[in-house]
Amino acid sequence: MAELTYRAAVAHGIAQEMARDERVVLVGEDVAGAGGVFKTTVGLLDRFGPNRVIDTPIAEQAILGAAMGAAMTGLRPVAEIMFSDFFAVCWDLVANEMAKTRYMTDGQVSLPLVVKTGNGGGLRFGAQHSQSVENWAMAVPGLKVVTPSTPRDVVGLMAAAVRCDDPVLFFEHKGLYAMKGEVPDGEVVDELGTAVVRRTGADATILALGLMVPRALAAADELAARGIDAEVIDVRSLVPLDTRTILASVAKTGHLFTVEENPRLLGWGAEIASIVADEGFWTLDGPIQRITTPHIPLPAADSLEDLVLPSADRIAATVEKSLQT
Amino acid sequence: MTASPELVQLLTPEGERVEHPDYDIELTAEEVRSLYRDLVLVRRVDLEAVSLQRQGELGIWASLLGQEAAQIGSGRAMAETDMAFPTYREHGVAWCRGVDPLYLLGLFRGVHNGGWDPYEHNFGLYTIVIGAQTLHAVGYAMGVQRDGAETATIVYFGDGATSQGDVNESFIWASVTNAPVVFFCQNNQWAISEPLEKQTRIPLYKRASGFGFPGVRVDGNDVFACLAVTRKALADARAGQGPTLVEAFTYRMGAHTTSDDPTRYRMAAELEAWKLKDPIERVKAYLFKNQLADQAFFDKVDEEADQLGRDTRRRCLELPDPEPVAIFENVYSGPHATLEEERDQYASYLAGFAE
Ligand SMILES: Cc1ncc(C[n+]2csc(CCOP(=O)(O)OP(=O)(O)O)c2C)c(N)n1
Ligand SMILES: [Mg+2]
Repeated sequence: MAELTYRAAVAHGIAQEMARDERVVLVGEDVAGAGGVFKTTVGLLDRFGPNRVIDTPIAEQAILGAAMGAAMTGLRPVAEIMFSDFFAVCWDLVANEMAKTRYMTDGQVSLPLVVKTGNGGGLRFGAQHSQSVENWAMAVPGLKVVTPSTPRDVVGLMAAAVRCDDPVLFFEHKGLYAMKGEVPDGEVVDELGTAVVRRTGADATILALGLMVPRALAAADELAARGIDAEVIDVRSLVPLDTRTILASVAKTGHLFTVEENPRLLGWGAEIASIVADEGFWTLDGPIQRITTPHIPLPAADSLEDLVLPSADRIAATVEKSLQT
Repeated sequence: MTASPELVQLLTPEGERVEHPDYDIELTAEEVRSLYRDLVLVRRVDLEAVSLQRQGELGIWASLLGQEAAQIGSGRAMAETDMAFPTYREHGVAWCRGVDPLYLLGLFRGVHNGGWDPYEHNFGLYTIVIGAQTLHAVGYAMGVQRDGAETATIVYFGDGATSQGDVNESFIWASVTNAPVVFFCQNNQWAISEPLEKQTRIPLYKRASGFGFPGVRVDGNDVFACLAVTRKALADARAGQGPTLVEAFTYRMGAHTTSDDPTRYRMAAELEAWKLKDPIERVKAYLFKNQLADQAFFDKVDEEADQLGRDTRRRCLELPDPEPVAIFENVYSGPHATLEEERDQYASYLAGFAE
């Protein structure tokens, strides 16, 4: 076991796969010499050389288009989009090209590539550098979508993403980069499409993703002190979605809460709420409640960003109030 | 940077005036002193901002150190009605457009989104998504073209931005519409950690010819040349002659932003070489040599700069924290049901804490 930061785990996970499979290459802005603007690719250039760790011109469309073309030659590229907000400047490549290639070639062309990106708020980066956009990706058939919340999961899910024959969007949470956690020695490989129960509880199910996972856990501690036993599920993978784990938990607790960093309209929790309403309705003992940001861009001011992003206090207060009524 | 025929230079790093066949400029002693003053003042504001960031008072800051001449030269070339679209580093241009530096500090302090009136100052919002503003500028230029206004638009971007599709598309649009726009590229040799070679194999100004409009490379550390070249490009645009690409050849003397550590990726020797081409020192040398200013003048400017630095710091620290309800403002042109509902929920949630 080694204790790694989340950011070091990203490099560790990519290195594990690059060492195992020489077809894995890394492309992006500032990923080579500088080791990434968030220092998530430190050491990879030295270890794997400039042929496999490549600084690109500043052109996101080209980064993804080139990753896709390279994948067609059998390489397994890991491409970086520095801030997930910048998916907006290259979305054609994601939504129209890489997501639909297998389908439109009748399964003859696979695109085994990963797009890794810095996602999420909490760092005061303002409206265009803080968004949580997993839900954009979740809406596009053909993509797989994961968001690790611990260093161990970063490594395991990165390995699973690289080994997957579909394009995977890998959302790193910028607010978690400094977080430390244990990563087992040796190869770590996880499974896409699986949620993890981080805390078991009998009274309420709280679903969370990325930075919201530690906050949901903190909220569960607050709730425990007030006699409410909450179960916290780290959703981890939005596509495929582990509905079995989620429905089983709701069947046990009867109450569902989602904690989302995205604006409320069409956030990932809306989809899960709809599934649970469909398939788990008779197990519910109260309305499903979503804790999200309002339908506004994220502010940069410390006090305002803290107000807008779901906090442990707000999660706990919402759950407590809902269970009391 | 070797002085070469392709580089427009009117003032050498040693402070000698040189002639250029296509670009010349007549400046009174008063004008040169005023350019010098601007260069010194914006450098001072920039230094103050860096130190405020170091002390935790700003979230981040993108320093203009080394690029003062490119910004003051081009900024002062604008007519009042000309419109500028900046990146996040254009503090010197903002200064020339009469934007109080406090707005810039507030933006990077995160207490507001900038907040200057782009129409009042003819200076757009700082744009951080690389290259997008070049398209906005072309659209703006096409708009004024239709108004029949004698207005030129100038858009700022970096060497790294030239790789973006947006920038290349803006070149095409400006070219085929003959839009009155000046593309002002500050080639500061770096795009975060990536040197110029990652973006181009030919000098950037030469790209213009492929798009069908003139390109010129100017010594970006020479405020006279930047002023002269930009003036001409803006005049051409106003006169209906279409776009020009100006490549201001300069150097980013500082880190990309305060979050960056350039020692990880670039050589100190490069920095040392560029120190000798400082944009302010050469104007000072010129003023001295030609007896256009005395020591008292330089002392006075320094004093003014210190005063500005102190005032800027004090006013920055006095900036009020924003009100919580501010988050719902200006998301839409007016209230609507979805937002009102959420605003109410927030209000009652906040009231819960007040109890
Ligand atoms: C679309 C987009 N991609 C990437 C970034 C991250 N980024 C911020 S500044 C920068 C480098 C820009 O370099 P350059 O255009 O030379 O301008 P400079 O910072 O040197 O003034 C990058 C890649 C961004 N802000 N927007
Ligand atoms: Mg640059």
